[in-house]
Amino acid sequence: MPGVDDTLDSTGGGQDDGVPAVLIDGLVKRYGSTTAVAGLTLTCARGAVTAILGPNGAGKTSTIEICEGFRRPDGGTVRVLGMDPADPRLRPRLGIMPQTGGVPPAARAGEWLRTVSRFYAHPLDPDALLGLLGLAGHARTPYRRLSGGQQQRLSLAAAVIGRPELVFLDEPTAGLDPQARHACWDLVTALRAAGVSVVLTTHQMDEAEKLSDHVVVVDHGTVVASGTPQSLTGAERQLRFRARPGLDLEELLAALPPGSAAKESPSGHYIIEGQVGPQLLATVTAWCAADGVTTEDLRIERRTLEDVFLELTGRELR
Amino acid sequence: MTTFATLDLKPRPGAAPLRRMVLAQAGAEIRATLRNGEQLLLTLIIPVLLLAGFSAAPLVDLGDGPRVDFVAPGILALAVMSTAFTGQAIATGFERRYGVLKRLGATPLSRSGLLLAKTVAVVAVEALQVAVIVAVALALGWSPHGELLWAVPLLLLGTAAFSGLGLLMAGTLRAEATLAGANLVYLVLLGLGGVLFPLDRFPAGVQRVLELLPISALTSGLRAVLSGGGLPGGALLVLLCWAVAALALAARTFRWE
Repeated sequence: MPGVDDTLDSTGGGQDDGVPAVLIDGLVKRYGSTTAVAGLTLTCARGAVTAILGPNGAGKTSTIEICEGFRRPDGGTVRVLGMDPADPRLRPRLGIMPQTGGVPPAARAGEWLRTVSRFYAHPLDPDALLGLLGLAGHARTPYRRLSGGQQQRLSLAAAVIGRPELVFLDEPTAGLDPQARHACWDLVTALRAAGVSVVLTTHQMDEAEKLSDHVVVVDHGTVVASGTPQSLTGAERQLRFRARPGLDLEELLAALPPGSAAKESPSGHYIIEGQVGPQLLATVTAWCAADGVTTEDLRIERRTLEDVFLELTGRELR
Repeated sequence: MTTFATLDLKPRPGAAPLRRMVLAQAGAEIRATLRNGEQLLLTLIIPVLLLAGFSAAPLVDLGDGPRVDFVAPGILALAVMSTAFTGQAIATGFERRYGVLKRLGATPLSRSGLLLAKTVAVVAVEALQVAVIVAVALALGWSPHGELLWAVPLLLLGTAAFSGLGLLMAGTLRAEATLAGANLVYLVLLGLGGVLFPLDRFPAGVQRVLELLPISALTSGLRAVLSGGGLPGGALLVLLCWAVAALALAARTFRWE
């Protein structure tokens, strides 16, 4: 049935047709009395990598599973590549890596990937993909005998094997060792270079900072901040150092230029914000010297995404 | 450091033709069945042992004629039940639990395509079972006669009825409950369905109820057509009712995750 291929091909060859990869407006999702997503609005640009950040329970997976067509929203609109997520014509155009599982435990890695590849008209070569993800030696290994990292990589392979236009990765590097994490990052970078849109969720700030064009911070089911990693962390620099806990910051502030700010967070870790330059550095070190305070790890740096994230979502455990 | 430069990741989406998708998935399911030791025990080893044992040894008084003529059709019915019902229910129940069905839902293989693939896989395994059981039965002296092709609609309707019941269980119960329940039902129907023990040994009232079981209808229907009897209308009707009811109920209640 070559005609089927041709028709489906013409619905999308990955060209940027001006439609965003994902468009979510006022999304609401409830489970019983719990509201997991509470009026979430965001746009993921075509051909870009968008990272959705948020603490556990923030609504990330609910949002992504609605985009994948696994769940129906209770309110709001969701368009994926301009289509209703439930539209079956969308399936070949999406690559999906769920948070866990989805592979029969007894299935051999290579055979399973080959089976999945046969659902697509123009799949990548399963063996080549296994090789690049370091799984060539495990093609005959049953899924349940793979390590957690190997299982994650196999799942990642299945997400891209159909040459999709848009890839959803739900915590793709959770539980991966450093080598596997870098392999995953390389693949995301290569996807982006090939014009594939990527939407990923993560807890890892360095991952979001390194990979993404756009970061969306989600908490309690809504977007609390979004922008490029640079715009979120800001141009401001900070002076950071460690010293014994309980320094008198009021006294330090009095010595600093007006407009400076100083805080201890967490205990024994100090952050000075303001006109961070040689003058401020000299003032702080002189003040410490006068008080007999030894500083460690004294450095000047931009705020990290982690700082922004913790400011926005709080430090309490949940 | 890994490099993905050799892969052409440029988007080129498209679904494969339905036939290729269904055959790929059916192939995977057939391999899974044939590699699974417990499944093979249920689908091939137990039926063949029962066939040989009950044909060779006078364990039950089966009346006149070679015992294998009575036992072989019952074992064919048992084979259909073991694959279409027990094996399929357990496999599908665990696929649901492990998120396999959900994951497949994210591929171009539609739900109807998946069910078609499961049907192809079940029928292929049954064909293998029938070939082995018939060969063993013939070696034991079985001499089927009559319109043997009438067995085909009986086997297919039986497959539909048992698949419906298996999917009904797999789609509603927890995987462990399906595992226990499907094995229990297999044993009960093996005992009460006229597979090895003739139904006329039961009191008349009980017998009339037992005759309405899908396994009894399949067993008695096969016994009739494979020993020169005519088309077993009653058995076909009973199987048809079970097939329609079970498949309709399964379609309404099946939960994919």
